[in-house]
Amino acid sequence: MATFPEFISQNEERDGVRFSWNVWPSSRLEATRMVVPLAALLTPLRERPDLPPIQYEPVLCSRATCRAVLNPLCQVDYRAKLWACNFCYQRNQFPPTYTGISEVNQPAELLPQFSTIEYVVQRGPQMPLIFLYVVDTCMEDEDLQALKESLQMSLSLLPPTALVGLITFGRMVQVHELGCEGISKSYVFRGTKDLSAKQLQEMLGLTKPSAAQGARGQQAPQPPLSNRFLQPVQKIDMNLTDLLGELQRDPWPVTQGKRPLRSLGVAMSIAVGLLECTFPNTGARIMTFIGGPATQGPGMVVGDELKTPIRSWHDIEKDNAKYMKKSTKHYEALASRASANGHIMDIYACALDQTGLLEMKCCPNHTGGYMVMADSFNTSLFKQTFQRVFAKDEQGTFKMAFAATLEIKEIGTGGTCQWKMCGLDPSTTLALYLEVVNQHNAPIPQGGRGALQFVTQYQHSSGQRRIRVTTTARNWADAQTQIQSIAASFDQEAAAILMARLAVQRAESEEGPDVLRWLDRQLIRLCQKFGDYHKDDPNSFRFSETFSLYPQFMFHLRRSPFLQVFNNSPDESSYYRHQFVRHDLTQALIMVQPVLYAYSFNGPPEPVLLDSSSILPDRILLMDTFFQILIYHGEMVAQWRKAGYQEMTEYENFRHLLQAPVDDAQELLHTRFPMPRYIDTEHGGSQARFLLSKVNPSQTHNNMYNWGQESGAPILTDDVSLQVFMDHLKKLAVSSAA
Amino acid sequence: MQNGPPPGSQAPPRPAVSQPYNQGAVNLSGPPQPYPQQYGAPPPMQQVTNQMTGMQISTGPPTAAGPGYAPPHSSQPPTSAAYSIAPHPAYTQGPPPASMAPSQPPPPRDPAPPQPYYGGPPPPQHPASSASAAPLPPPPSSHQSFPPTSYPGPQAPLPAGPQAPLPPGPQAQPPYAQGPPPPGSQPHYAPAPPHAHGSYPAARGPPPPSQPGPYPPAGPPPTSAPPGHYQGTMPPQPPAGQPATYHSGPPPPRAQMPPSSMAQTNHLPPGPQGPPGPLGPPGPLQQPPPQPGMQGGYPPQQNGAFGQVRGPQPGYPGPYPGQQNYGPQAPAPAAQAQKRLDPDAIPSPIQVIEDDRVKTTEPFTTGVRGQAPPLVTSNFHVKDQGNASPRFVRCTAYNMPCTADMAKQSQVPLAAVIKPLATLPPDETPPYLVDHGEAGPIRCNRCKAYMCPYMQFIEGGRRFQCGFCSCVSDVPPHYFQHLDHTGKRVDCYDRPELSLGSYEFLATVDYCKNNKLPQPPAFIFLIDVSYNAVKSGMVNIVCQELKTLLDHLPRENPEMDSVVRVGFVTYNKVLHFYNVKASLAQPQMLVVSDVADMFVPLLDGFLVNVKESRMVIDSLLDQIPEMFADTRETETVFGPVIQAGLEALKAADCAGKLFVFHTSLPIAEAPGKLKNREDKKLIGTDKEKSLFQPQVGFYSTLAKDCVAQGCCVDLFLFPNQYVDVATLGVVPVSTGGSVYKYTYFQAQSDRERFLNDLRRNVEKPMGFDAVLRVRTSTGIRATDFFGSFFMSNTTDVELAGLDCDKTVTVEFRHDDKLSEETGALMQCAVLYTSCSGQRRLRVHNMAVNCCSQLADLYRNCETDTIINFFSKYAFRSVLTSPTKTVREGLVNQCAAILACYRKNCASPSSAGQLILPECMKLLPVYLNCVLKSDVLLPAADVSLDDRAYLRQLLSGMDVSESHVFFYPRLLPLMKLEGDSLPLAVRDSEERLSKGGAYLLETGLHLFLWVGANAQQELLLNIFGTPSFGQIDPNLTSLPVLDNPFSKRLREIVDAFRAQRSRYMKLIVVKQEDKAELIFRHFLVEDKNASGGASYVDFLCHMHKEIRQLLS
Repeated sequence: MATFPEFISQNEERDGVRFSWNVWPSSRLEATRMVVPLAALLTPLRERPDLPPIQYEPVLCSRATCRAVLNPLCQVDYRAKLWACNFCYQRNQFPPTYTGISEVNQPAELLPQFSTIEYVVQRGPQMPLIFLYVVDTCMEDEDLQALKESLQMSLSLLPPTALVGLITFGRMVQVHELGCEGISKSYVFRGTKDLSAKQLQEMLGLTKPSAAQGARGQQAPQPPLSNRFLQPVQKIDMNLTDLLGELQRDPWPVTQGKRPLRSLGVAMSIAVGLLECTFPNTGARIMTFIGGPATQGPGMVVGDELKTPIRSWHDIEKDNAKYMKKSTKHYEALASRASANGHIMDIYACALDQTGLLEMKCCPNHTGGYMVMADSFNTSLFKQTFQRVFAKDEQGTFKMAFAATLEIKEIGTGGTCQWKMCGLDPSTTLALYLEVVNQHNAPIPQGGRGALQFVTQYQHSSGQRRIRVTTTARNWADAQTQIQSIAASFDQEAAAILMARLAVQRAESEEGPDVLRWLDRQLIRLCQKFGDYHKDDPNSFRFSETFSLYPQFMFHLRRSPFLQVFNNSPDESSYYRHQFVRHDLTQALIMVQPVLYAYSFNGPPEPVLLDSSSILPDRILLMDTFFQILIYHGEMVAQWRKAGYQEMTEYENFRHLLQAPVDDAQELLHTRFPMPRYIDTEHGGSQARFLLSKVNPSQTHNNMYNWGQESGAPILTDDVSLQVFMDHLKKLAVSSAA
Repeated sequence: MQNGPPPGSQAPPRPAVSQPYNQGAVNLSGPPQPYPQQYGAPPPMQQVTNQMTGMQISTGPPTAAGPGYAPPHSSQPPTSAAYSIAPHPAYTQGPPPASMAPSQPPPPRDPAPPQPYYGGPPPPQHPASSASAAPLPPPPSSHQSFPPTSYPGPQAPLPAGPQAPLPPGPQAQPPYAQGPPPPGSQPHYAPAPPHAHGSYPAARGPPPPSQPGPYPPAGPPPTSAPPGHYQGTMPPQPPAGQPATYHSGPPPPRAQMPPSSMAQTNHLPPGPQGPPGPLGPPGPLQQPPPQPGMQGGYPPQQNGAFGQVRGPQPGYPGPYPGQQNYGPQAPAPAAQAQKRLDPDAIPSPIQVIEDDRVKTTEPFTTGVRGQAPPLVTSNFHVKDQGNASPRFVRCTAYNMPCTADMAKQSQVPLAAVIKPLATLPPDETPPYLVDHGEAGPIRCNRCKAYMCPYMQFIEGGRRFQCGFCSCVSDVPPHYFQHLDHTGKRVDCYDRPELSLGSYEFLATVDYCKNNKLPQPPAFIFLIDVSYNAVKSGMVNIVCQELKTLLDHLPRENPEMDSVVRVGFVTYNKVLHFYNVKASLAQPQMLVVSDVADMFVPLLDGFLVNVKESRMVIDSLLDQIPEMFADTRETETVFGPVIQAGLEALKAADCAGKLFVFHTSLPIAEAPGKLKNREDKKLIGTDKEKSLFQPQVGFYSTLAKDCVAQGCCVDLFLFPNQYVDVATLGVVPVSTGGSVYKYTYFQAQSDRERFLNDLRRNVEKPMGFDAVLRVRTSTGIRATDFFGSFFMSNTTDVELAGLDCDKTVTVEFRHDDKLSEETGALMQCAVLYTSCSGQRRLRVHNMAVNCCSQLADLYRNCETDTIINFFSKYAFRSVLTSPTKTVREGLVNQCAAILACYRKNCASPSSAGQLILPECMKLLPVYLNCVLKSDVLLPAADVSLDDRAYLRQLLSGMDVSESHVFFYPRLLPLMKLEGDSLPLAVRDSEERLSKGGAYLLETGLHLFLWVGANAQQELLLNIFGTPSFGQIDPNLTSLPVLDNPFSKRLREIVDAFRAQRSRYMKLIVVKQEDKAELIFRHFLVEDKNASGGASYVDFLCHMHKEIRQLLS
């Protein structure tokens, strides 16, 4: 057997699953004592270009409470044409189509390399993809123009059969009827009044004359494929392009000292309602583009008086955000309606100030939607991010899935757990916290393996309904006797992210310091459990290699915007957290602990410590925090650049040096979603603060003279440095008082 | 200046006033003497029409009264008696008919005298004038001109008549009566007549033939006596000299109407041919017909026609169901012609109108206080000399009683009908615009009256005393001017506000809403696009028309483009707004389905400048009919439609007008939803009033909001069934808007009418967001207001819109004594926003005299205005009282007015004598018209909507509209010569000649009635077809024929239409056609199917009422 790191990466490659522990403690009690819970990070739609979808449907366990899918871990009796479910031990007959089965003629799902396999559901109609644009018109003309162009561009990226719809809003909400000849037609709603789907249906004239028969007709295989508001791109491409072209800035006058009235809450509600009454349980994306906060009606987050600023963390702490609760409730209701119908809600918020993401976060969060935040629609950040939403894989299909549901079959629980994500993309990663239900006094037989099956059903962007099944198994181990092997199976990266997600979740509902305290406590406990030390002797503390990086992750996590709200607006926090909890492990790690590369004449580019000591005058640093790609020119480099050496042929090498991080940054920019903010700064530049706030403040104004003048840049902060943090940690870990 | 005019005016006015009358008197008979003799001093003004003597009225009394008249009437009284019976059927009142009889008698007598001069025929009517035998001669000349036909007719015919008729002569009556001469007529009456005859006429019964005889003898001599009274009244008419024409008119009709003709014939014969008398009757019978025809100069044809006519005549009763009513009467009278009250003898509106028209030759100058203006039917030029032109303000009385007691005693309403923005004829100058600078118009410090000629400057011009409240205010330095030796300001004649009755001030920002100068107004067109609207073609027509109409939006400077912005909405159950911003390639439609909570979905691009958005608007108007061509939506909303318009104006922060084109009862779920509540069973009950009240309170509230915003609503209805005009009209009526109704609208036939209405409505000058306030001098107070407006307090009349056709009627009451010296002053100030967005104040000043003698009041009344007031009052009362009560109230008040006159002003005379003040002699006939109107006495086929519609319509009518509305103009078309109109005839079937064609105009309807025997040439001239049968009854416009007659007729029709604020669709009515029923409804002097009394009957009734009050 390979080393655990190899095993882990292999598993991740193949199944998109990483566990915090790769050997499972065999009882509930033991599991809880592990400090870091037994949990998995699952990337259900991890790209597997090598995995051809299978054109038939999965074979299910016949037990009604199980319904597990036939997998390579099942025991098969080829002669009797029987298979035993490895979850409930039910013996099942193979279906008639499997009569030819034998040891040499095995279906794909029994081959070990197909522990992850994708089936294409043949039944049911091919559902169209639905994209409903919800567009704010309360924005500067420049912004609106840019947005219009982006939207028009996006039309060309949609498959011709996809249905599109357009809702615009400002003070009013307009649902545009598409494909009208001559006159463009739209239904207008007041932005102050919420409507139920039924009311909406009536008002939009969507009540079918055959509504009475509709009840019976529900089974009818042919649901309406389009209506006046949602039509195939190929049919109304031109029309919609014109319509978008004619979009005007919201014409209602905004008096001095007021915000424009923006009926965002109702607009989203109408969007949800429209899809709810026309395409329930069909994959659909509601893409909301907003240029500011909702200022009226349900879901408003701030009044229209400019003199009253939008709520800050301070206001929230003081319970001074009068719209927040009501507004949040509104969006939560919308999110649950949308997710019940399998509809995704995206939010693209581009404004300099906050737009209410804090209140609206549940919409993308609960529906697997995207949340994108930028300063303006007229930035490449938005434009390229938006374009990337429609990125396609090699088959020319979108890298997005709709109306997805995930099921887990797990041994020991016997239960079925289902989640609805609605929207998934290849990097969407879920953290699943498992519970070992086995009682302490009923140990699992030695050498036994625990099996997990993840069944993800989704609507492929081609319209096909697909089921991806991942079956995985891990060894059980008795925590008392085999603690070493369990410890060795620790995946500290996964564990860090899993813990971070828990912390973020707590941060949503608890006060910041409490969360930090909890996190610290967990860390200390972990150190106590798995560290090697003498009581009350901090210097004796040692951590095994599998745990060595973990405290450092925690250190950066504590300083990260996911847990720290200082200097971040509530919207930003929501945004960061949203991104953090949906991305895969690698990306999440970058978010927690940004990556720093150094470029200098001294050698090839190299990763350097995220530490103030890395900031040197003759270096160019490239920092990737996931949200930002920052290029920092050291003091000397900056001077050189200012002097224009790069323009001189004799200093071509300097030009190359300058270019190198830029090229690398571009590469990152092009692969990242959402697109990071690109920052080019230098020593003393105002934006250098982004770098300075991330690095470990090993040198500060307090201790800088203890270090060599030239060894780095002092950070003006009172934050503790990693060293201090570690010292404290050791002290606490070994303390018998703890 | 200030006070100068009033006092000065007083003196002159009287003489002036009296003079015209005197003249009239002169004409009548000798000089004024006749009057004095009859009435004493007052007479000049008061012309007493003593139609009938009471004696006649009360069968019994007649004899008694008879004494007075006895000799002359003696024979007649019985007649009347006989009559009474006949009438009974109609009225159930014996007396009235009696009265009618008397009227007739006189004529005969009169005729007699004149006849000698002329030949008899014309005189019949002249009875009145007969008294003025002397003057008569002149009239004859006129007679000749007009009635030539009649003359020749009589003359020639006489012989001829006799000839042919001779044989029938004796049987002349038979023809009418059909079989048995006298009795023949009776048959119609059935038992009644016989009885009558039996009793009174018995004597006559036999005489029928002799009738002629009796008249001539008795008639003439006695006539003279009664005539005297008549003359009193009539004189004025004769002066006109037209009486002749006038008379000439009547004859023809008579010809047609057996009864009347009989009367005439009777007269005729007596005069001309005493002996032939007997023959006479027949003659006239035949002749009359000829006369009408003759006029045209088609004697031959007519003769021929007449020959035939005779045939038909007998059948008359048969063919015309309606006529039966008349028929019977006719025959009755025919039989007992003399017994009946002669319609010709009772005050004739035509006569009065014509007299006034002829009399009015001089421009009317307003500088003389208390002077009544010419009638609305006369053409006159007005010179503003300090009081508002009658085109702006008309009063019921130009001499108000000094005390409340007097006013109460007389019961004459004191009111003014104000048409603040009336359009003036081109030769009169519109009110000047005065700018008093930044401080705004100069006003009295206390009562806030605006600077006007009634302000008296004192202290060398440094201060002025208010003519209304007597408060002294300082003259602002910039307005100071020295006074001349008479105390007038030197610049008096340079300043409109010091020398004119009407002018405008430029308002300052203080007079604007929110202290902000107003935006130019906007017009919003809201078009119903439900199934019915599309199917009837309305949507298409509106859209097509708007394309051109938008170039004619109101503007003050014809050179400039209108600044009025426009917006468009269509709707059925939901509303569709349109963005027609100039920068768009195509209009955008914005659907609002949330009608429960209306809002305007867009701002920019909804209200646009026509010129800038022309392309987009045209495209929209082209597409609307297409878009909804296949609609299946039948339900509509209404409340939200108005709300939408209102919200749009609010959003644009401007005043404006909504044009709502609506088809059906709004039953769709929305605010202001209505249900069908038309219930014919309620008519006539105490609950009837609820049908006139709005069904829900929603619209009243909405109207209030509209007024606050200056949102005027004009409603064009195209109903196929009940739409509840009473409720839908609430907003238009409260916002100064109008309701137009096109029941069973069909594109083809109603297009012209609708489009002309729409065009006129869009183009007409109007003001927005107006507030009208009437200030009065101490002693009287404006207490009540009628019209299309809203009042949130007791003094300010708020009009979201005020167009040139709208009037506000104001009633005044005393709150103190008035002085004869200073008279009574009123100032009507209207603050409004012009169509160019300028805020202005229009001021109309009016001063009237005050009197301590009731006679002065009765001498300076204006009946047309009184009727206008009464009708508005009554039509409003139906909201709160049963119609029966309202009708009775009207009758009582009129009776009281007339009784008061009789008691206090008329010279003593027999109690049985009906004496009417000259100025009010038409009061009964007009009042009868009001009582018979569809609102107060609906015919079975009149829908509730129609009634509600008329009710609302009337509230904004000016005097000339209400006049023709109640007493339609009926023009004979036999002869159209020159530029003058043919003399109108009275609204009675009796006046229609079978051989002729008539044009009847009510201000709302225009009928062309064609007699079944119309001559070929006439038909050719009008229709281009020689045959009656080939006339298309569905014609809505006259064929354009190249002959002078056709041309002139079309000119007349066009002129009529131009004169009215609403386009009148031409309806061709062929005699004996179904449509004639409708037409006959407008022959208001006749009895109608729903129980309305004939003029004659009503007059008798009034007389009875008056007598009751007097006794």
